[in-house]
Amino acid sequence: MDGFNRQRFAAMLVKETLQIVRDPSTFLIAFLLPLLLLFLFGYGVSLDVTRVKIGLVVEDRSAPALSLATSFRQSRWFEPHEAHSVADVKPALVSGAVRGIVVIPQDFGRKMASGRGAAIQIITDGSLPNTANFVAAYAEGVRASWEEGQLRERGHATDPPIQIATRFWFNPELASRFFLVPGAIAIVMTMIGTLLTALVIAREWERGTMEAIMATPIGMGEFLATKVIPYFLLGLGSMTVCTLIAIFAFGVPFRGSPLALLIIASAFLVPALGQGLLISAATKNQFVASQVALLTAFLPAMLLSGFLFEIPSMPTPVQALTYIVPARYLIPPLQTVFVAGDLWGLFLPDILIMLGFGAVFFALAFRATRRRIA
Amino acid sequence: MVDTVASARGVTKRFAKPATTALDAVDIDIVAGRMTGLVGPDGAGKTTLIRLLAGLLDPDEGEVEALGRPATATDRSLIGYMPQRFGLYEDLSVIENLSLYADLRGLAADERDARFARLLDFTDLDRFRTRLAGKLSGGMKQKLGLACALVRTPRLLLLDEPGVGVDPVSRRELWAMVRELSSEGIGVLWSTAYLDEAEKCDSVFLLNEGRLIHAGPPGALTETMAGRTFRLFGADEDRRARLERLLDRDDVTDGTIQGASLRLVVKPGAPPPEVPGLTTEPATPRFEDAFVDRLGGGPGGTSRLAESYRPIPPGDAPAIEAVGLTKRFGDFTAASDIHFSIPRGQIFGLLGPNGAGKSTTFKMLCGLLTPSAGNGRVAGHDLRTARADARQSLGYMAQKFSLYGDLSVRQNLDFFSGVYGLTGAARREAIERSIDIFHLADYVNSNSGGMPLGFKQRLALACAVMHQPPVLFLDEPTSGVDPIVRREFWTHINGLVERGVTVLVTTHFMDEAEYCDRIALIYRAEEIAVGTPDELKAQAGLDDPTLEDAFIALIEASDRAREAA
Repeated sequence: MDGFNRQRFAAMLVKETLQIVRDPSTFLIAFLLPLLLLFLFGYGVSLDVTRVKIGLVVEDRSAPALSLATSFRQSRWFEPHEAHSVADVKPALVSGAVRGIVVIPQDFGRKMASGRGAAIQIITDGSLPNTANFVAAYAEGVRASWEEGQLRERGHATDPPIQIATRFWFNPELASRFFLVPGAIAIVMTMIGTLLTALVIAREWERGTMEAIMATPIGMGEFLATKVIPYFLLGLGSMTVCTLIAIFAFGVPFRGSPLALLIIASAFLVPALGQGLLISAATKNQFVASQVALLTAFLPAMLLSGFLFEIPSMPTPVQALTYIVPARYLIPPLQTVFVAGDLWGLFLPDILIMLGFGAVFFALAFRATRRRIA
Repeated sequence: MVDTVASARGVTKRFAKPATTALDAVDIDIVAGRMTGLVGPDGAGKTTLIRLLAGLLDPDEGEVEALGRPATATDRSLIGYMPQRFGLYEDLSVIENLSLYADLRGLAADERDARFARLLDFTDLDRFRTRLAGKLSGGMKQKLGLACALVRTPRLLLLDEPGVGVDPVSRRELWAMVRELSSEGIGVLWSTAYLDEAEKCDSVFLLNEGRLIHAGPPGALTETMAGRTFRLFGADEDRRARLERLLDRDDVTDGTIQGASLRLVVKPGAPPPEVPGLTTEPATPRFEDAFVDRLGGGPGGTSRLAESYRPIPPGDAPAIEAVGLTKRFGDFTAASDIHFSIPRGQIFGLLGPNGAGKSTTFKMLCGLLTPSAGNGRVAGHDLRTARADARQSLGYMAQKFSLYGDLSVRQNLDFFSGVYGLTGAARREAIERSIDIFHLADYVNSNSGGMPLGFKQRLALACAVMHQPPVLFLDEPTSGVDPIVRREFWTHINGLVERGVTVLVTTHFMDEAEYCDRIALIYRAEEIAVGTPDELKAQAGLDDPTLEDAFIALIEASDRAREAA
């Protein structure tokens, strides 16, 4: 009902910016928190496994057994602690000092010599399934490559008929940091987009300024726009800081273009801001708004976006739930733009979905922000 | 020609939670160039009506017009609206707040400097241009709120209780400013709980429980009281007991204490109240008399709270003593060398402008702040060495609602009775008694935060007196509360004092200060006058002043002395 007016619009933008600048907590959330998160995910949380401590029990003194034990000692995956019997090393497994036990049994040398193939025993700590799988698989790997080496030395069978050569593209070292740091950027933008925005309108209601503002000619559309723009810019600013830190402090590769990154980030901020506006317009209370924002935006972005946990390994109902988490559509293009490059064919569907979510949130927020007190 | 700038016709507004009819078929007209007063008890629907006129609510029935169009679709740039909470951004400076509202209301750039200069001069805020609004005192915030509402000369100015919690000096200044504006052709609606303000309006709309019960010039209503108001002199020491008995008489509908004398309102046609030993003189009726009369008269004189209260044993020692109390926050002295001594069974009033140091003094005596120098005693307990004992023997009612808004009335009473160490049958009995005496039965299971202010204050008083302390501290107990509830409060206070309770009270209502045995006037952290209400009036050196006149005269004298020094 009230048309757009540049004077009002500029005045509200100035006001909002001044408030952001003067409120130290806004700056803490926008710039200090991202740093904290990046360092946490960059250094503190690592999903890589290197040099797992295991117990190594060599019961056989034959040449093949000692040779295999040496292979374990030289492996880059294991740090073996040798013991004479399983009983000796069992307490260490119970206490968690070692993550598994590899036993080379007494008859190992004899069976090898007889050509019937010899087995080793691998005991793992099933209370940590990931690590247990890792230990089992890599211990078997060590044994298999040792056996291959043995056969080759004796001139038996050359290459096996089929060979699998594994190559990890884009992240050849499988460094989880390369995935986690771009993911952390998604978390930071969720915090700024949704949490901060959720607080701003709720604050106006709580402090009674909403009533005074509504009694002026400003249109509700203008009002919402002046809330969104400063936080949009703040979100992009924070994203830039994060990206620079990711590249220069963590050595994360950046193979895409800054423009692609900007477009992806902007597309995500649309639903994030829309959700924040909707929350604050509906709750009118800062405390409730912050709780709702944490539960509906922050935690899903953390847990259901594929940032920390891979979506394909989630139970089916939870997988279904991830489809309504906007951050789910941000993580893949963001990781791609960092480690792979500009793949617009991949980006576009995700960008469109994010914008779609944004349109829904904004429509709802606009409906919830009526120029009425009750 | 009468130029009506806003009107409501047959307006009804209902709310779903709690299910109430806030306004019931109300008609109102606001005329350009006139001050229109909107008065009524707390919860009468004043704020709802103002919000309807500001276009912030939709009426359920009837029509609301502002500036010739429906209020929700009118030209808002010509409406000035100051909500109860001012609508200021506390993290913006004075000038930034002004600029924001100037832009929002579309003030042209070339008019801006002249307009700001005038408003800042007008509100005396020029010195504080760059100060953040959050750092202003209550009175200054009020003026800034008004300046923001006026930033582009409106045709309609809506003010929702602009005088609440503001001291008499600031209130007078605010009134004078708005009066001047209305004479320039602005239609002003001034909602208030202060009836002396209503009395000065050109026309008054009196609301009660959502219904309009009077519309017209205040004088017309006051006139109906002619011949029914009297002053009774000579009661002095036993004036409280006398008033209690008089208010219980059938021919007396309302009565208050005025210093050493009593002021009574009798039923229509009743003869002047003759009381042995007292001289009766006719008094000029006031708007407040008519207001209370229209709402069915004041409460009776007997306080059921006092009747059920334990008698406080007599003693020679003063109940409350302040000996050179001083509080400094960094370089700032909030209270300096405050001395007074209050005998058992008296009411002592602390008066002063906002920010003068009343609440600081109060908090030191309650043991909530440690004095920087000096000492105090409450019920014989030293504040420095026996703070916990001192606190146990006092009941404290804070200025702001400080109960748990998310708890029900019963849960609050239950909690506070437990905090004060009541148990078992005594506890249950105290809770039931409070609900009964303070008329809380209707709200007993609803969240206390959602009750009308008058009920919140009743609950706060109920919680403060549950453990029947010998000393009561009341910090602005009746701020924003209508005259009927205020009379009820003072009936309780008077009754308790008769039982031997000692009361320390702060207030901005000068008619309430008249109830005090003695008053200390605090200004700029110092005690500038102490005495009975009549002594203070005499000190002011005016001819038959009201206590408010005396208050202002004493403060001005202090300012002059300060400038001379």
